[in-house]
Amino acid sequence: MNTARFTPGQKVRIAARTPPLHHRVPSYVKGRTGFIERVCGRHAEPERAIAGDLDARRQLYRVRIPQHELWASYDGASGDQLELEVFEHWLEAAQ
Amino acid sequence: MSSGDHDHEHDHSRTFQPDHPEPTSEAALIGLALRELLIEGGIYSAAEEQAMIAQMQGALPANGAKIVARAWTDAAFRQRLLANGAEAIKELGFDLSPLEFTVMENTERVHNVIVCTLCSCYPRTLLGMSPAWYKSKNYRARVVREPRAVLREFGVRLPGEVDVRVHDSTAELRYMVLPQRPPGSGEMSEAELAALVSRDSLIGTQRELGLTN
Repeated sequence: MNTARFTPGQKVRIAARTPPLHHRVPSYVKGRTGFIERVCGRHAEPERAIAGDLDARRQLYRVRIPQHELWASYDGASGDQLELEVFEHWLEAAQ
Repeated sequence: MSSGDHDHEHDHSRTFQPDHPEPTSEAALIGLALRELLIEGGIYSAAEEQAMIAQMQGALPANGAKIVARAWTDAAFRQRLLANGAEAIKELGFDLSPLEFTVMENTERVHNVIVCTLCSCYPRTLLGMSPAWYKSKNYRARVVREPRAVLREFGVRLPGEVDVRVHDSTAELRYMVLPQRPPGSGEMSEAELAALVSRDSLIGTQRELGLTN
């Protein structure tokens, strides 16, 4: 599969699971919704790598999350945002 | 330290430096063992590892400053840099592959700041070693949660109409901020402009650059 499932601007939710082994989704974004900022191509993916598949590539995205979505007590500007990289299998379309 | 039992002048309490600590934690020992196995198994050689370390130690923020100065003086390069940083910096002789290189542009309305909350990802082979505070838990935990307060501690006071974008380096992208060109620098050469660019402005913990460094 070479096509990206999500497109820039699309609203997505980041999964709230905790795999037993190494993964690179920080806790503070799990379960949160944001928007696809850009599609980053297919990249080496740590969950497959630690399972022994060093050549595995997965679709990577940058996701933009408003700071007010992340922190209930956030007191900065309404336009403040956090952006991070998330692999496709952590994302689902959100309303 | 006492200097009682031998006869010379210098003061050991001033010249003594603690030895580099030997790895004793389980994680550090596993790391060492893994490195030996990788070299023994021919995955990479000790010489390649030394070359990588030398490349990181030879890299400096001046490389980033050179990229910034080119972007300030060449609008077409700036467009290419923002669209695909990894490809654009090859024009200046820099190569970060297989990592992506992503440049985030500061504007009148947007200020960017870089962090790696999960470890300490940083474009080391381009900019050299990251500053100690960049690796501290304090910076990593707080800049995502209260970026404006952290930036104030660095002396950056952002008006409410400037949005903050925090970039958490969680995968294969490495980031650099493209700071704004200082007003009044119109007559300066590309080399003179590069000399104005600080390391912190490339991370985003400095916003305004002066006309003297």
